[in-house]
Amino acid sequence: MAVSEEAILRSELRWTIVVTGTITVIMVAILYAGIVHHINPPSNIETVDPKTLHLTGEFTEENLGTSIDAGGQITARMVATQFAFQPQCILLPANKRVTLRFASPDVIHGILVTGTNVNTMIVPGYVSQVHTVFTRTGDLLMPCHEYCGLGHSQMWATVRVVPEAEFKPDGSGRALCDAR
Amino acid sequence: MTHARRLTLAHLWLAFAAFAVACVLGVWQMWARSPLPAPLLTANAYFTSVTAHGVAMAYVLTTFMVMGFGYYVAETALGRPLPFPRIAWLAFLVGILGVAMAVVTIFGGTATVLFTFYPPLTASPWFYIGLVLVVAASWAWCGIMIAAMAGWKRENPGRPVPLAMFATVANAVMWLWTTVGVSAELVFQVIPAAFGWNLGIDVGLSRTLFSWTLHAIVYFWLIPSYIAFYTMAPQAAGGRLYSDTMGRLTFILFLIYSLPVGMHHLFMDPQQSNAFKFLQMSLTALVAAPTLLTVFTITASMEIAGRLRGGRGLFGWIAALPWERPMVLATGLAFFMLWFGGGGGLINMSYGMNAMVHNTSWVTAHFHLIFGGTVVIMYFAIAYAIWPTLTGRTPASLKAQRVQLWLWFIGMMVLTLPWHYLGLQGQWRRVATFNYADPIIAAWGPWVLVSFAGGLILLASAGLFIWNLLEFHRARAVAFSALRPLYAVAVHPPARVPAALNGFALWNVLVLVLMIAAYGYPIAQAFWINAPQAIIHRVDGRG
Repeated sequence: MAVSEEAILRSELRWTIVVTGTITVIMVAILYAGIVHHINPPSNIETVDPKTLHLTGEFTEENLGTSIDAGGQITARMVATQFAFQPQCILLPANKRVTLRFASPDVIHGILVTGTNVNTMIVPGYVSQVHTVFTRTGDLLMPCHEYCGLGHSQMWATVRVVPEAEFKPDGSGRALCDAR
Repeated sequence: MTHARRLTLAHLWLAFAAFAVACVLGVWQMWARSPLPAPLLTANAYFTSVTAHGVAMAYVLTTFMVMGFGYYVAETALGRPLPFPRIAWLAFLVGILGVAMAVVTIFGGTATVLFTFYPPLTASPWFYIGLVLVVAASWAWCGIMIAAMAGWKRENPGRPVPLAMFATVANAVMWLWTTVGVSAELVFQVIPAAFGWNLGIDVGLSRTLFSWTLHAIVYFWLIPSYIAFYTMAPQAAGGRLYSDTMGRLTFILFLIYSLPVGMHHLFMDPQQSNAFKFLQMSLTALVAAPTLLTVFTITASMEIAGRLRGGRGLFGWIAALPWERPMVLATGLAFFMLWFGGGGGLINMSYGMNAMVHNTSWVTAHFHLIFGGTVVIMYFAIAYAIWPTLTGRTPASLKAQRVQLWLWFIGMMVLTLPWHYLGLQGQWRRVATFNYADPIIAAWGPWVLVSFAGGLILLASAGLFIWNLLEFHRARAVAFSALRPLYAVAVHPPARVPAALNGFALWNVLVLVLMIAAYGYPIAQAFWINAPQAIIHRVDGRG
């Protein structure tokens, strides 16, 4: 095989250019999505004490579920615990910007909402926060996706997305639903 | 037989025995997740099985394969006796003790925490100590590999270290760096918690330390396969390695870029900032480079072989390759799976798109395809290539080996392609059973059954693999291949290479700098964020 060393080097340099170009295109696409479309991972670095979660602060029972504050900001709060979510169902309007906030009093959990790109780990000691807009109405499945003990397979909740007109919070700005 | 060869046989038999058991467990797990009623299914049985499957495949198969193959390369590529054989045997015994401790705790029901170390869920301390012993054994191996290369360089001043050994030592050096993260997590956080000395644990810190190890460990498993691509496949095909320098660069790039990237496992975690997630994602993108360079160099090497055998035209050389040789066939199948697996990996590492797939079946499917597929099929090929030189025997026909490799490839594609699809549909990982009464989940049923069928094909292949290995011990034919050199010569074998391409001193400095940049702040922040600790949850029934 008469391939000169120089020819080999040239072919490798050509290929290196292809490799560099490919990686550059991928990086530019990710940067574009992050900066222009705000597609970034949930990274709010906000702590909460797992030992007192249920006693004080925003994750006490009367604050769980969906609520609208004075400024119209819609926030759903959930506690992920072995082996259930509290509440089991959250009600949210379609086509509105909503914020989901989660905390765990015990071990690591995580959630995804099927058919959407809502996804976060729930790490005890920290609050997990996801911003999203649900575009499809109906009952979406929200399972725990991190192994949390022997009951893990039975741990899931429902996200009920209703048309904006049907989303009617009560006088105190809260909206609740019952899982079927 | 030399010490090195006896060591290789002992390590590889242990590795493949663990592999065979884990295959049985894996198929049963896929059965449990399917709509069909699986026997013996309880949550406890399922998660015990997942823990055992993960530990056997990710820690036992891989570590003992890497060590056994390393001893073999150190003796055969360097052409000198293995240094410190007694320490190597001692390390093997320590490793076996560690595996035994893991087996007893897992099947004793005190370690159903899966194979990832994610406290506050905490197993029996003896489970973790067992795995630390396996890692300790591998550290002894790293020392022996580094000593073997240093000894050879003293005897051969100025000459380039043979590529197979250079790559093996690159892996040893990388592994020493890699295990720092998980060791710190286990020694300072998890084991004290498992003994009950600590009541609380900083989970953000433990996840960050584990992520340090979590990506590079995959490259530790993968490098034997790349050694086979570079040094054994071109030789088996009857050709030459296109470029020795490119091989060295590739393994150096693996050493550098497999380490400061582990945070791409934490994209969906709340305790790290977007800035460091983005930085480590960018470095992750660079780790695609050594793989793409390998695809080029090995394809070019194979083209040389194909043309030497009379192949003509743009693609004619492919048909001219000796596909009847297991090493050539396995390389072709491994590359095919690498395209799918590598493509999936690029999606995983994209920090925006990761939200679509994180902790879904997509991820499980991805690492089964890239590790179980590309990497493990090359473990088979390596075993087939070196076993005749270990036992001096070879079966009369290689047909059963080819059938086994094809079955593994077909089984892996049938297992993982529907599994990827299910992940995109939102099927999540690490559950024992699905509620098929739910209409969303009911639609997944048929695809899970296809994956289950893939698992059965893989089990058949695993059984045939063990049978094929036994053939090497039973066969009467003398292995002439024992006399043939295993390692490919480059088209232009280098007479001298720069010191930077013949050792790792410079690259260790670079790794240190990159690790400080990538992990310094994310680890140190634990000390000023001072996140509230989580309460330890022990699964071993001791409180």
